[in-house]
Amino acid sequence: MSMTHSWQDKVKKPKRNRYRPLIYVLLALIYVWAFAGIPFEGIKETAGQVTKAIFSGIFSPDWDYVYLPDGEDLLRGLLDTLAISILGTVVSTVLCVPFAFWAAVNMSRSRWISGSGKMLLSFIRTFPEIVMALLFIKAVGPGSFAGVLALGLHSIGMLGKLFADEVENMDTGPTEALIAAGATRLQILWFAVLPQVLPGFLSYTLYRFEINLRSASILGIIGAGGIGTPLIFALSSRNWDRVGIILLGIIVMITLIDLISGAIRKKLV
Amino acid sequence: MIELRNVSKTYPNGTKGLDGINLKIEKGEFVAIVGLSGAGKSTLLRSMNRLHDITEGDILIDGNSITQAAGKELRTIRRDIGMIFQSFNLVKRSSVLRNVLAGRVGYHSTLRTLFGAFPNEDVELAFQALDRVNIVEKAYARADELSGGQQQRVAIARVLAQEAKIVLADEPVASLDPLTTKQVMDDLKRINQELDITTIVNLHFIDLAREYATRIIGLRAGQVVFDGPVSEATDERFAEIYGRPIDQDELLEARLADIAAAKEPVR
Amino acid sequence: MNVNAKPEPQPQPLNRPKPPGKLKHYLTAAFILILVWGSAVQSKADWGKLIKGAPNMLELLKEMFPPNWGYFDNIVAAMLETIRMALIGTTFGAILAVPVALLCASNLSRTAWIYQPFRFVLNLVRTIPDLLLAAIFVAVFGLGPLPGMLALSIFSFGLIGKLTYEALETIDHGPLEAMTSVGASSGQRIIFGVIPQIQAHFMSYVLYTFEINVRAAAVLGLVGAGGIGHYYEVTLGFFEYDKTCMIILFTLAVVLIIDYLSTKLRERLL
Repeated sequence: MSMTHSWQDKVKKPKRNRYRPLIYVLLALIYVWAFAGIPFEGIKETAGQVTKAIFSGIFSPDWDYVYLPDGEDLLRGLLDTLAISILGTVVSTVLCVPFAFWAAVNMSRSRWISGSGKMLLSFIRTFPEIVMALLFIKAVGPGSFAGVLALGLHSIGMLGKLFADEVENMDTGPTEALIAAGATRLQILWFAVLPQVLPGFLSYTLYRFEINLRSASILGIIGAGGIGTPLIFALSSRNWDRVGIILLGIIVMITLIDLISGAIRKKLV
Repeated sequence: MIELRNVSKTYPNGTKGLDGINLKIEKGEFVAIVGLSGAGKSTLLRSMNRLHDITEGDILIDGNSITQAAGKELRTIRRDIGMIFQSFNLVKRSSVLRNVLAGRVGYHSTLRTLFGAFPNEDVELAFQALDRVNIVEKAYARADELSGGQQQRVAIARVLAQEAKIVLADEPVASLDPLTTKQVMDDLKRINQELDITTIVNLHFIDLAREYATRIIGLRAGQVVFDGPVSEATDERFAEIYGRPIDQDELLEARLADIAAAKEPVR
Repeated sequence: MNVNAKPEPQPQPLNRPKPPGKLKHYLTAAFILILVWGSAVQSKADWGKLIKGAPNMLELLKEMFPPNWGYFDNIVAAMLETIRMALIGTTFGAILAVPVALLCASNLSRTAWIYQPFRFVLNLVRTIPDLLLAAIFVAVFGLGPLPGMLALSIFSFGLIGKLTYEALETIDHGPLEAMTSVGASSGQRIIFGVIPQIQAHFMSYVLYTFEINVRAAAVLGLVGAGGIGHYYEVTLGFFEYDKTCMIILFTLAVVLIIDYLSTKLRERLL
């Protein structure tokens, strides 16, 4: 028997999505619009030279800058950056806990309450930290502390959401057992909820710390402390050797912290 | 003593969970509640310590109405009622000892339990409770390092440390294998007899109910359809409770036989 | 009732285990405290300054309201440029990420000699914050959206590359074996065995990166890399806080809308 007949009437080609061509056309139009708006000409003719200078700066960095006995050097800049991110993370971790319980569905009686908490958190998250830093500089003056406050406030948005998810995903059994044993709300929180969510909280805190370290290394660009300030000075004064060593310093620091933090997070879960 | 007066529960969607239940359970009894899933066993048990609210009637624990109690009064009544769950409900990341001590929270002010350690007597009580269920050597292990049967024994120790007068056990052996099932049921029976703790157990296995309980209550569609001593709970009466003959699946012995058969070498 | 109801034999050495040492916990706690305290000293944290500065903040917030709605017309073009930058940056990053992710996956590359170096590159790229990249590109190419776009491309490349190669390592090996058994070349293996398994995830990562890029693009202007961020400096510099507020609100609205659309799309994909 040949295989060429008798199957065609058994199966029909599935209908293609009618909108598909439309979507392609739409996408194409969006891209035409996007590319038409970017001025590709007008690149500085020095671009090649500058790139070369930066690369040679990275490969022959200004080692003297690593440590200067008096004042602003790389190590102190990096230490500042580290301090800003640590303290910023701690501040936001403390502040976000009440928000997390507010936003967790299983911790509040009505969906309106947790919904409003989630809204607020996503609002905070959307507010760029660098803009927060600009505002805090107006309040406490330029320097590391403004950076701490900006990171502390901005990170509440993300940490609060992650913490709330953790609370929502926890096992409700122990809570039930403690209710049955006659525990008060606080006792339930302390004995059934916290031990369950704490490792997750810590792990997310470390994760956020990794992100905050990256943010802290640029906050100096607008004057909120850390290594960003000397970097922007070096960039504007075309001191490429210095740009090179600062870049190198940032990369090494972030890589190291990522490794340490990642190792701890693995142990936690 | 537990007394249920005309207890009914209607869910918001209109279905009846419990329907006009009248029961009196005396101190020291070992009661097994049987019935198909969905018959209202769990709802009945959980209404006795008000993990579920009832919509009609009243439940009295030693003469005090738990349905009307609130706040501190409710917590004090609950303190005297221990509960054991199908899924153990231990805090998996905490140590065994801490899980057992959690049974003591009802005896202390919130502040003391949050900031101070438990008094030495409590710790002693917890150790003795663990000793009674033969698991004291695991006191400092994390709860999730233990097997299912061991975890359930920790849960029993928690109830012992709670110094409960009544134990409600909601399908305590449903997630255990047949052998650990025996051990856990033996533990429950022992504390029932040695400490005179009123014990009420929801059970899926009929033969277990007959083996351990002194009294069997059959539920069907939220109503009590059987209430009597084990001797009266014959297969015929069970067939009535279930509205059909007993299934092999409802006998632990049958399941044990299955396992034995599975272990036979294949020829 | 008491657990002791039965008379027990006198205090025998029960087989009780010894409590585990607490030294490790104390040391950890001390270490963290020192770390936090040191950070506070290093960053010159001064909560008194925050309280003293609070009226300043409030004053500033007061001046932000009501927002200057009329300023909207001035910043629409910049906002569109922001979206353009995010779109193009994400696209280039995604295109670049595909081959690298394939090379990074340990189950697709033949030896560690291939995937380890590529992973190293990806990790390296991911250590550099986007704003920093933008600042460097501005120094190279001059002011405008082009450096911003490039910075976002590289940032997206790092993020999409990492997410994709991690997803690649979890794919089902069955189809790959099947392709090998019918005699497929490695290119064919990827087209028929890998891509169908990964494309929905990949699209989802691209959309997710696009969301992040819109937020990032909104501040790149602070270093002169195009988009709406430039107007923060302009308005704050002239103390026109009502205009700043308008920028913030507009950005929030756009970001939330794009987040919403993208999340919906991603839900349909997976």
